Amino acid sequence: MLSADISTVLPELILAVSAMGLLMFGVYTSKDKAAPLILWATAGLMAVLGLWIAVAGDGAQTAFNGAFVDDAFSRFAKVVILFSAALILIMSQDYLAKQNLLRFEYPILVALAVVGMMMMVSAGDLLALYVGLELQSLSLYVVASMNRTSVKSTEAGLKYFVLGALSSGMLLYGASFVYGYTGTTLFSDIVASVEGEHLPIGMLIGLVFIMTGLAFKVSAVPFHMWTPDVYEGAPTPITAFFATAPKVAAMALFARVVFDAFGATVGDWSQIVALISVLSMFLGSIAAIGQKNIKRLMAYSSIAHMGFALMGLAAGTETGVQAMLIYMAIYVTMNLGTFAFILSLEKDGKPVTDIASLNQYSTREPLRALALLVLMFSLSGVPPMLGFFGKFWVLNAAVQGGLVWLAVAGVIASVIGAFYYLRIVYYMYFGEETDPLDRPTSPVLWGVLMVSAAVMVLGIVNMFGVEAMAKAAAVALVN
Amino acid sequence: MEELLREYLPILVFLGIAIALGVVLILAAVIIAVRNPDPEKVSAYECGFNAFDDARMKFDVRFYLVAILFIIFDLEIAFLFPWAVAFKDVGLVGFWSMMAFLAVLTIGFAYEWKKGALEWD
Amino acid sequence: MGIADFAFYVFAITVVTAGLFVVVSRNPVHSVLWLILAFISSAGLFVLLGAEFVAMLLVIVYVGAVAVLFLFVVMMLDVDFAELRGEMATFVPFAILIGVVLLMEIGLAITVWQFADTAQSSLMSAAPAADDVQNTAALGQIIYDDYIYLFQGAGLILLVAMIGAILLTMTHRKDVKRQDVLAQMHRDPAKAMEVIDVKPGQGLS
Repeated sequence: MLSADISTVLPELILAVSAMGLLMFGVYTSKDKAAPLILWATAGLMAVLGLWIAVAGDGAQTAFNGAFVDDAFSRFAKVVILFSAALILIMSQDYLAKQNLLRFEYPILVALAVVGMMMMVSAGDLLALYVGLELQSLSLYVVASMNRTSVKSTEAGLKYFVLGALSSGMLLYGASFVYGYTGTTLFSDIVASVEGEHLPIGMLIGLVFIMTGLAFKVSAVPFHMWTPDVYEGAPTPITAFFATAPKVAAMALFARVVFDAFGATVGDWSQIVALISVLSMFLGSIAAIGQKNIKRLMAYSSIAHMGFALMGLAAGTETGVQAMLIYMAIYVTMNLGTFAFILSLEKDGKPVTDIASLNQYSTREPLRALALLVLMFSLSGVPPMLGFFGKFWVLNAAVQGGLVWLAVAGVIASVIGAFYYLRIVYYMYFGEETDPLDRPTSPVLWGVLMVSAAVMVLGIVNMFGVEAMAKAAAVALVN
Repeated sequence: MEELLREYLPILVFLGIAIALGVVLILAAVIIAVRNPDPEKVSAYECGFNAFDDARMKFDVRFYLVAILFIIFDLEIAFLFPWAVAFKDVGLVGFWSMMAFLAVLTIGFAYEWKKGALEWD
Repeated sequence: MGIADFAFYVFAITVVTAGLFVVVSRNPVHSVLWLILAFISSAGLFVLLGAEFVAMLLVIVYVGAVAVLFLFVVMMLDVDFAELRGEMATFVPFAILIGVVLLMEIGLAITVWQFADTAQSSLMSAAPAADDVQNTAALGQIIYDDYIYLFQGAGLILLVAMIGAILLTMTHRKDVKRQDVLAQMHRDPAKAMEVIDVKPGQGLS
């Protein structure tokens, strides 16, 4: 029985064991000089595991008495997480090496964070959820403050840690209520122990606290306060990591909890999700307008995007989950491209994040400016870019789920949000002449930016089959 | 349940006596002792001078590293207690499960040693 | 009222009072000491619940290690606590609000609490019967086998904590002479020492 369990968690096991092996390799050889090798090995392994899960995964198995669930939903999330984490690792090499931050522990911590994320999206038990979440968060706190000589980076790590610990506490508090009511931590038993349309009061309080904890992790309003500071303070590649893989994991975990453990009483949580969704969309869109730092701007942008993804979840239907997954996949692709661009911004060898430095960028780098234009149009949801279809999916799901007001609010918020994305484009094409930035040299960043932009245009043909995969994932979760 | 609590009764009695004794001694000092304070007696005194500055000062962060590594291994030990107590019942799976757990922590230990975190300077 | 009930009230009142003093006491070191009292009293409460192992863990880990770490942190931070405390007054209304909300929620949950019909059976299915085995052994029987997944996950978390603590705090000075034990052991007296016969009246040249 145990061997069957182990073969179910084999991808996680391989990643964790390799991370430990590489840790030993790094510390017993040349330490930080081995960092590029370890980084590429980790990234390669993640990509291979992602491919393996995408190709070989089939059906739905549970392991360890239901604590671990391997189904189409978790596989979809895992593939997105693994590929984005691998890409971020590769993208970060040059930047970190220049900043003298390329420690050999960095790829290992990212790998362990990814193990945590995989545990999160496969959680079938409140305790498994918590262990996965802590493994992920703890690794992220450390990488956030990795630049320990920088006040901003340590501040980012500390803020992230304190608020993250608070949210974990809330989540545990909620979980204890649920356990107190049902006497079990297993999602399948929790959902079975609820009778009728509505949750009893103890469970409801538990649900609210668990959702509060999870809303912290996806940085949805009103639990978003940490996001701008952490995004600004952390080294840029790490900001890029925060904006992609952990967001997918947290969102998938959110869906997993509300559907697997509370799926019988959709009405009880759907209104909460709708509320935080509409707040996130508006705050993200409005607060981003005044930002001068592009990393802070991306933080508010991610808050707004989480609001849209939550809209799909609020619908509480299979289409809603499918829309949410498609949205997250598109969001991650867009963010990878955008951060590849931000990582290449340098002046006199030092990284810059000031939006005003982009003035007249198009005259010097027409191709890159065009790629960023495509990405910005896509982020704001201008047709015919892929980002528009992501928004279209969630709006459609919200209307189908009877949340017309939420869909209308979403359209308004995306119109407001378009302003600040287009402002960047305006600066690039029509801004005043300023000192030029250095010519970007990294071929990796160039490649990621171009591919991401190309996907935004070409993806509208058939979305590379993501629709069908998301559909299978949604069916696996909702039924 | 009652049985279990009865086993702890001596500790409770001990605690009670310890607290009572402590309170009695403090109260005795308050009631019996002669106190005759004047400004010179109660002023702060440091080698004949008034205190120069706050006694609080920065500790080296290395103390913190030692403390946190201690806590981590303390927690590891905490997992060993139930394992040792239930050793007859845990079976082969339980045995190897603990070995895997210890292996992970040993990797951490090897890392910490080779990295030089156990050296003071 | 039996001794157990009496002990419960003593411990419960001590926990709450100590908790209050953690927040209000002026000296942060005193706060930590109050915290230790709160930990010990909660350990007493756990014993009364029959959870001996958790009680002892609380004493070993929290009192023995975490409180020491807290003392370090309190001393390590060169912060003017009086100033911080002055600022605290502005947050008191907000804190009271949160406290009241939490209290109301607990009150609500206790007054209208009901267990699911399946709660009793699912509680029983996980653990061995309490009368047969003693507390620590009962935990030991399930942690390493039924909950192996979570157990190994906890191991990984500890590993990350270790890597993180070292990565963030370790500074290695380059300008100190270190002891190299291996080099010392492989030192060959024949090569390291040379006996020279110095003639009287002549120096070593």
